[in-house]
Amino acid sequence: MVKKLIEKDTRVFMTGNEVIAHAANAAGAEFMYGYPITPQNEIMHTWCKLLPKTEAGFLQTEDEISAGFSTIGGILAGKKAFTATAGPGNVIMQDAMSMAEMMRIPFVCAVMQRGGPSTATVIYAQQETTLTCFGGNGEGFRIVYSTAGHQDLYDYTIKAFNTAWKYKFPTFVLADGYQGKMREPVTMYDPASRGIEMLPATAFLRGPGVIGVDRKSVHLRNTFNLEEELMEVLDGYKAEFEALTEEIAEYEEYKADDAEILIIAHGIVARSAMTAIDALRANGIKAGLYRPITIRPLAVAPLRAAVSRAQQVLFTESADGQLARMVLEKLYGLTTPYSTLFKMGVGVTGNDIIEKVEAMIKEPATV
Amino acid sequence: MSEVLTLQPSLPKAQDASAGASKFCPGCGHGMVLKTLAFAIDDLNIHERTVFGCDIGCSLLAWNYMDLDSVQTHHGRTTPVIYGVTRAVPDTIGIAYMGDGGGLAIGAQHLVNAAVRNEKMLAVLVNNTNYGMTGGQMAPTTLPGQKTETTPYGRDPEVTGKPAKGAEMVNAIVDTEKAYVARATVSNLRNLRKTFKKALEAVDKGNFAFVEVLSICPLNWRTNNVDTWDRLKTMEEFFPVQEFNVPEYLQEVK
Amino acid sequence: MSRSRIVLAGEGGHGVQSVAKILVEAAYEANKEVLYIPNFGVEQRGGVSIAFCQISDEKIGEPRFSKGDIIVMLSDRAIERCSTYVDENSTVIYDTSICHNVPQYKAKQVIGIDANRIANDELSSRVFNIIILGIILKATNVVPMENVKGAMECALGKKFDAKPELRELNYKALERGMQLLETSAV
Repeated sequence: MVKKLIEKDTRVFMTGNEVIAHAANAAGAEFMYGYPITPQNEIMHTWCKLLPKTEAGFLQTEDEISAGFSTIGGILAGKKAFTATAGPGNVIMQDAMSMAEMMRIPFVCAVMQRGGPSTATVIYAQQETTLTCFGGNGEGFRIVYSTAGHQDLYDYTIKAFNTAWKYKFPTFVLADGYQGKMREPVTMYDPASRGIEMLPATAFLRGPGVIGVDRKSVHLRNTFNLEEELMEVLDGYKAEFEALTEEIAEYEEYKADDAEILIIAHGIVARSAMTAIDALRANGIKAGLYRPITIRPLAVAPLRAAVSRAQQVLFTESADGQLARMVLEKLYGLTTPYSTLFKMGVGVTGNDIIEKVEAMIKEPATV
Repeated sequence: MSEVLTLQPSLPKAQDASAGASKFCPGCGHGMVLKTLAFAIDDLNIHERTVFGCDIGCSLLAWNYMDLDSVQTHHGRTTPVIYGVTRAVPDTIGIAYMGDGGGLAIGAQHLVNAAVRNEKMLAVLVNNTNYGMTGGQMAPTTLPGQKTETTPYGRDPEVTGKPAKGAEMVNAIVDTEKAYVARATVSNLRNLRKTFKKALEAVDKGNFAFVEVLSICPLNWRTNNVDTWDRLKTMEEFFPVQEFNVPEYLQEVK
Repeated sequence: MSRSRIVLAGEGGHGVQSVAKILVEAAYEANKEVLYIPNFGVEQRGGVSIAFCQISDEKIGEPRFSKGDIIVMLSDRAIERCSTYVDENSTVIYDTSICHNVPQYKAKQVIGIDANRIANDELSSRVFNIIILGIILKATNVVPMENVKGAMECALGKKFDAKPELRELNYKALERGMQLLETSAV
């Protein structure tokens, strides 16, 4: 049994990567498998430094492919295991994530986005949104939480374990290099103190009981012989995925009730939007924010409602519309015109958004 | 009138009798390898603690073959899934069962690193000098002059190098005091069983074991019975059948 | 708006990040809202090192800002690199003993201080960055001294215990930095 380090509410000042490692411990994570890649390395470093106290396990493997697959191995053996990656590592870990998606394995992974494609920058972007939601050769039956700072990193890393083990879809904490490397205050807590009950891990292989006496041997596979067989299985997954949307889709609105200009952003860019909204409102411009927290699955009804109320929409992200594409698909039929402020691989500041909204007021979008 | 007698096949306990007829091609070596492996598991009585992983390719057909908790993985990734299991639950006897590609091509980096780290597992590499399931393409182990779908005129070492020697490679990098490395062949099943037993002993003592098994693939080789066994003989001349590393603690084991 | 946006930039080895960390740690201990983010990139080795610090009474939104309130530049490359963060409300402070160029900005104030020379002549080249810390403290005026000393203990306490003279030296550097800003306003 791992030892949990946080017993009562503790306010700390640390980097996001450190927060994730602590949150995983608070969630009862027992094993981390990983491979170094900037900007998530400190998650591993912190986890390793805490091992003597937590008595958890760790393995640095030879690449992200094996990090993903050995995480699956640990989970199959009944441990709450997780990993973390970014950028090119995220690309190659899709091999393992696809397997987890097919085999309904509660795979938990933190993705600290960096510039892309290829090596690009080690710093920051929101360019792995599509990849994390839909990477792999499947339909993206995955759950993705996009965090906007350290309290989110703590809260949603804990939540990711419960979500994964309850619904058995790969679950991701989608953050970025800024969140990973910046320092800000956060309150760490024991989930029990907030009424959060952590689901236990259960073994897929080497479960309790003796083969031939108490149970049959378990045979797991990810391959099918007939197309119809596959479709039947996937139809079942799809139905489950749609049902769970009701239960777990999350979003946040900031001054969106009477917003004439609705900003749609996720992650750390949403925070810049809030800074901008305060300044714009002080100047009489009714701006507001709709921030999806689960990028996958998106909460659809409130999204459509917020967009219907607004006169214009501004999509802004540090990518070329990766979130916008996913949202627009859900907005089919609505006619609110929209503009975009896309900065690939670069942070969007409050000032950037203020300037853009002011321009939108002067020259409203028509489509 | 004659009676029809139904005899239960005499299968090892570790093999799953309810899996039904084998899905391997007629004349395939996998059936022999798996059955022998299962007998070795029975001999050591470790079947409750054993987890069996298989790769893509023909080895995937073994996914429900053994009466062991089993998982079929992605190509080349059986090794990391299995060491993921054994790291998490250390008293597990992990077996990663793969072919030429899973061990020496797409899975090579995992095999190398598992060997270097002395991961507590047995890697079984079934070498039939081609990629069977996908139609018979060249494998790292394809012999010079051997015709495959991607070397229709015969493998030319000038172009694609000489065959990879898996056991020799693994032997060069393991901790010689700990790991067991051997090559065996389906032409000698009694020896294969002993080899597997020793390998599993090594794993049970917390170490890495590697057994490369020379096997046959008459369908893709397009050989008849006689030629198939002759081909295997040629392979045995090229890939020496021997133990490469026997750590001291195994030397008394027969 | 009670938010201070501080950019600190210098060459690797100037101790830019160390100073930034002490500053934000002190502000955190003083119960301020704080956000600190270093720049980092492939040019970590041999490039300009920049720290972005925000100290505020209210919750901070964006981690990176477009324009800074106080921008400290400790090398010519830093001057060039950080011009993008300067606007008419910014106070720019640069080290005249390191920089050959003079920042040409339309800023609220541009203040030149020969902190590095003073460190070398009066105290020790190793506390150059602590003098800078003193300058920033005086410029922002938002962090109480005892929190700064507390943060310095956290960061440097072990070194101080090994060589107690270092504590005195560092405190002197802190005060010297604060003095320098008072006397150097352009």
